[in-house]
Amino acid sequence: MLKLITQLSAAGALVLASFAMASAAEEALPHFPLKEPEEVDWSFSGPFGTYDQQQLQRGFQVYREICSACHSLNLVPFRALGWEGGPHFSEEEVKALAAEYTVTDGPDDTGEMFERPGAPYDYFPAPFPNAKAAAYANGGAAPPDLSVIAQGRGVERGFPTFITDIFTTYQEGGPDYIHALLTGYEDPPEGEDVRPGQYYNPHYAYAAALAMPPPLFDDAITYAQNEDEDPNNDVPQTVDQYSKDVAAFLMWAAEPHMEARKSMGFTVLAFLLILTALTYYTKRRVWSDVEH
Amino acid sequence: MQGTSEYTPRTGIERWIDKRMPLPRLMYDSFVSYPIPRNLNYAYAFGGILSVMLISQILTGVVLAMHYAANSEIAFTSVEHIMRDVNYGWLLRYLHMNGSSMFFLAVYVHIFRGLYYGSYKSPREIQWLLGVVLFLLMMATAFMGYVLPWGQMSFWAATVITNLFSAIPLVGDAIRTWLWGGFSVGDPTLNRFFSLHYLLPFMIAGVVILHVWAFHVTGQTNPTGVEPKSRRDVVPFTPHATMKDAVALVAFFLVFAWFVFYMPNYLGHPDNYVEANPLVTPPHIVPEWYFLPFYAILRAIPSKLGGVIALGLSVVVLFLVPWLDTSKVLSAAYRPLYRIFFWVFVVVCIGLGYIGAMPPEGGYIIAGQLLTAYYFIHFFIILPLLGFIETPKPRPASITEAVLGRPDEPGEPATPAGATAMPERRG
Ligand code: HEC
Repeated sequence: MLKLITQLSAAGALVLASFAMASAAEEALPHFPLKEPEEVDWSFSGPFGTYDQQQLQRGFQVYREICSACHSLNLVPFRALGWEGGPHFSEEEVKALAAEYTVTDGPDDTGEMFERPGAPYDYFPAPFPNAKAAAYANGGAAPPDLSVIAQGRGVERGFPTFITDIFTTYQEGGPDYIHALLTGYEDPPEGEDVRPGQYYNPHYAYAAALAMPPPLFDDAITYAQNEDEDPNNDVPQTVDQYSKDVAAFLMWAAEPHMEARKSMGFTVLAFLLILTALTYYTKRRVWSDVEH
Repeated sequence: MQGTSEYTPRTGIERWIDKRMPLPRLMYDSFVSYPIPRNLNYAYAFGGILSVMLISQILTGVVLAMHYAANSEIAFTSVEHIMRDVNYGWLLRYLHMNGSSMFFLAVYVHIFRGLYYGSYKSPREIQWLLGVVLFLLMMATAFMGYVLPWGQMSFWAATVITNLFSAIPLVGDAIRTWLWGGFSVGDPTLNRFFSLHYLLPFMIAGVVILHVWAFHVTGQTNPTGVEPKSRRDVVPFTPHATMKDAVALVAFFLVFAWFVFYMPNYLGHPDNYVEANPLVTPPHIVPEWYFLPFYAILRAIPSKLGGVIALGLSVVVLFLVPWLDTSKVLSAAYRPLYRIFFWVFVVVCIGLGYIGAMPPEGGYIIAGQLLTAYYFIHFFIILPLLGFIETPKPRPASITEAVLGRPDEPGEPATPAGATAMPERRG
């Protein structure tokens, strides 16, 4: 064993030496994002994580009142808002929510398209008819669809975090990134010139500035949850809170069946653990008559 | 298949079948009474794990194909439809997607096991060559499968890899256009990749049969590298190997399930949840983790054609291993020098994988080149040379002697309890 360890460390030394050269010679190119996102303590992280239903409802409110002006949510139907393991609005609430939107349907029997109030089976209507229109209205950059954005972003974790992540089951790179982006706007540092229509944000993954103006301000929306009689369930109406809530909502939008996945995972792993023990002892029995 | 068959049909139906098409006899002789060395360790369980993974991939894949649409307009959405609307679609897709990673994890252990115990040496060369063919087929299948969700990484990985063919002098551009079915990666490319992705696993299954056949002719290697000499050196496949393989398989499934249920997207890349866009190049194109060492080799050579040749050679060299290794001793346990170089080689491969994931700049380029050079030095210089300069340790006279740690005593009963005679006695 000791020998093996010395052998391995010899091999390790060779590789380390080449890595040392690697980092010594690394160029001074800027790496985006300029700042790593902060790790938020999400209710849905870890093997036993579940979505916080109230948080999803608040996040949905943020999306509906602010983000939906620019961003579509093409893959999410209204009915999904009523799913268990999601915002879980009641059937009536879903119907009422859907009916607030106007959708284009048709063609009818005369061949004409017509408009009607939305129904639970409809999908969120997009704010722009196409990507060109979206880009034109937003300084040349089309706001991306937000349906899977929480899985479509994530900052490289680097060594050794990417290894420890396997054991901590870190999968929240997407929501962490969205939260960091929405709270990360700041004045550009001296000497950094930002083109008009671009907004400096060191958390943006692809450059130092992006075409999305800071969308959130303190007290920009009044949470429905804060309007009821009960002051105990009030949440702060800050950019930080809005960002967390909308990021959680977008995580759900990207993976509506996450709760089902994690709870099934527990059953499967428990079953496999017991099965491992049983097969192992059976194997010991079988082999007990042969030295091996 | 070796020697006489130990199968005795007991019922009328079995006798009737046995006269006409002795499939039960074949199965019995191959997977029940078949003798395996008594000293196999868990590294030998990965062949069985790979067969199960192949079946799992085919089953989940066939169901996924029922819901998937191979059309560049809607492929991405159809995968999301599977994730959202198909009953347990998320489970099938995560199983399939992480299954490919587990498949490669298992095949790498399996290949390194073969390298360590000299499983490619006479008389098992054909067995090894078939294995390398399987590895190539797996790589092609996995690569094309990765293109199907039509995310950004799908699209750009397909672009990068198919572009490699244009490095071939004279006919390169024509070949590339022919592969694409157009002038860039597009709908025709997606369609043919889907078709081939469905076809290749069945070709893999066919070659697996040959691979298993080959090892039933030559018998397995074992950690001593000494071939079984008497019945005392072997145990029947069932229940001994079956049970040991089962333990390894269930433990392997624990790891598999950990990824599927708790971190299904860890092994993937976030960019593949962004729909393919030919106009936007991702800042950093990387293949799946299991291709990273080869990707590092590709990028280590500054010329495109050179890189492609190095990449090809890095896989083709596996075909040559049986003839590059000049030592007659099978197991690294008795080869003091080879053992060191084996582990150095393992670490170098992991290092190449790390370099493959890093941006090609500054020192990473140099590190990649050093490690690439070592990769080839290992095969073309170290392996042939070692056979001449190394003094192997004395090997045991038989497997039984190695297991017992003392010479096999002729006084002991010829067949210890549990050797191949057992299935007959079980009645
Ligand atoms: C005024 C229109 C507008 C509003 C309102 C808006 N966005 Fe954006 N958003 C954009 C534009 C434009 C981009 C593209 C930026 C670019 O590519 O430079 C963008 C990009 C993004 C991105 C992707 C950033 C990346 O990494 O590529 C996210 C995430 C995002 N927005 C989230 C939100 C959320 C959440 C809200 C609601 C709180 C919101 N946006 C509100 C216009 C808007």
